[in-house]
Amino acid sequence: MTYAIEAKGLRKSFRGHEAVRGVDLAIRQGELFALLGPNGAGKTTTLHMLTTLLRPDGGTAYICGSDVVAEAADVRRRISVTGQYAALDESLTGRQNLRLFAGLHGFSHKEAVVLASELLESFGLGDAGDRTVGTYSGGMRRRLDLAAGILSQPEVMFLDEPTTGLDPQSRRELWEAIRLLVKKGTTVLLTTQYLEEADQLADRIGFIADGRVIATGTPEQLKASTGGKTLTIRLSAATDPYEICRLFADEHGLSAHTDEDGVTVKAAVREASLAHAAIGTLMEHQTAIKDFALSDPSLDDVFFALTATTGKEATR
Amino acid sequence: MSSIQASRARKPGQSPGGLTATGLFMRRTLHHMRNNIFGLAVEAVLSPIIMLLIFTFLFGGAIAGSAREYIQYLLPGILVLTVVPMTVYSGTTICTDIAKGVYHRFRTLPFWQPAAIFGSIIADSLRYAVALLVVLTMGFGLGFRPDGGLEGTMAAALYVLLFAFGTSWVFALIGNAAKRPETVSGTSMMIVYPLLFASNVLVDTSTMPRWLQVAIDLNPISIAVTLIRGLLHGTANAAQLAAGIGVVLLLIAIFAPLTINVYLRRQIR
Repeated sequence: MTYAIEAKGLRKSFRGHEAVRGVDLAIRQGELFALLGPNGAGKTTTLHMLTTLLRPDGGTAYICGSDVVAEAADVRRRISVTGQYAALDESLTGRQNLRLFAGLHGFSHKEAVVLASELLESFGLGDAGDRTVGTYSGGMRRRLDLAAGILSQPEVMFLDEPTTGLDPQSRRELWEAIRLLVKKGTTVLLTTQYLEEADQLADRIGFIADGRVIATGTPEQLKASTGGKTLTIRLSAATDPYEICRLFADEHGLSAHTDEDGVTVKAAVREASLAHAAIGTLMEHQTAIKDFALSDPSLDDVFFALTATTGKEATR
Repeated sequence: MSSIQASRARKPGQSPGGLTATGLFMRRTLHHMRNNIFGLAVEAVLSPIIMLLIFTFLFGGAIAGSAREYIQYLLPGILVLTVVPMTVYSGTTICTDIAKGVYHRFRTLPFWQPAAIFGSIIADSLRYAVALLVVLTMGFGLGFRPDGGLEGTMAAALYVLLFAFGTSWVFALIGNAAKRPETVSGTSMMIVYPLLFASNVLVDTSTMPRWLQVAIDLNPISIAVTLIRGLLHGTANAAQLAAGIGVVLLLIAIFAPLTINVYLRRQIR
């Protein structure tokens, strides 16, 4: 079967620093796949290789069966990229931007004119269409960028941190637009550092850290892999958090770690009763607790759990 | 936002060829000019007028006895002095594209990639043409009378545009290599102004020491200005014509392939 996006052992170094060290991906047609990871994990570099912007040092990648290096022109006809920093010409108006990109995709001038008007209208930029993009707000730029991304009706769309820096309202609107794209059959690869975003949108998530995809699965599968819930305890300053981590490990077999603030202990717990037991133990030892909470795992928790199970030191 | 499904069933046609893409980028540059008409007015109208007035009346009496006398010598040089610094803008545009990210989109679109550079450099000629027209008109007003007549003037103007096309590639290369647009203008001006002033733009080299005269006559700016002067005053000879066109071809032969190569191979980070 031909995947919409397929990568095997992709590698890329910059001046001796290995940014991507062996990324494997297999994304089906029509899927919305989120590449999730912290800053500097290799998300953007991976995306640049998949979109022909960067030549890989090693490994292979195919978009709808076309090699991103040997058949770059073919790949460019099938994809579109929408960036973290909206890739627009700030000295042109929104309408001029869309017409230019439409022309470069192969639309005739007449088609480009109609298309630009339609897109401006449907992305809520009808009134702003004849202002230069330099005067647009962050949300308006992302919307125009997305409009430019879909005008060629690409088979595969790459969205590089599309909502970073947006206000909640704009973020929700952008999510809505992305959902519609997928509904129409576009394959979407989205990078993000927000678990919530991946959770809301993605069919599947690939967790990327230190240049490798360390886990892949549906949001439910990934969250389950951390052990279900996270118990967060804030201690009074007098208590040694490492003591508590050891106590949890010895008494309950819990994997716990402390935050850098030195007073917070987090433990992955499979079920609520384990959390009760852990709190109970603290009570027995008369440990001073400021407060505690049981919650769904956050990105940090998933990240910690995954890096911990692959036998690596958590970097924080 | 709610209805991106709109009425669009259209798919793009064939990927645009080199000419179509170059045309699109030329149109883009024209839009830039139209959107920033104030900048164009300052750069191509106001600043050439000021330059011409300053040099004519500041140096005219001292160098040639009178302003009217001096402008016969000066004006051909002012054409170059006005247009060459304007070509730096070609480099700034490329650098801005790269720094602001629109380059990323260009690189993922299916068109003949060098069109992005060709289109903007060619269309920039329109700005130079405006500046040329302003300087010439102003010059005639101040008493400039070229012996070469209309044909000589047309030929000179065409050559200035050709020379500008050649120097554009130098700055396009700098624009590709630099990280920030400000660096482009800074670096380029450091190259441009010494070359412009260490030339025969403002003064005749015949009173200089021999060694300096040789150095200055080898300056590409001098070679270009000599030809322009010759064309305007109807005294250009074959050697000057060959040297003038040779300089342009040399600039293009060296800098155009380098620029395009760097542009296409540029690594994105």
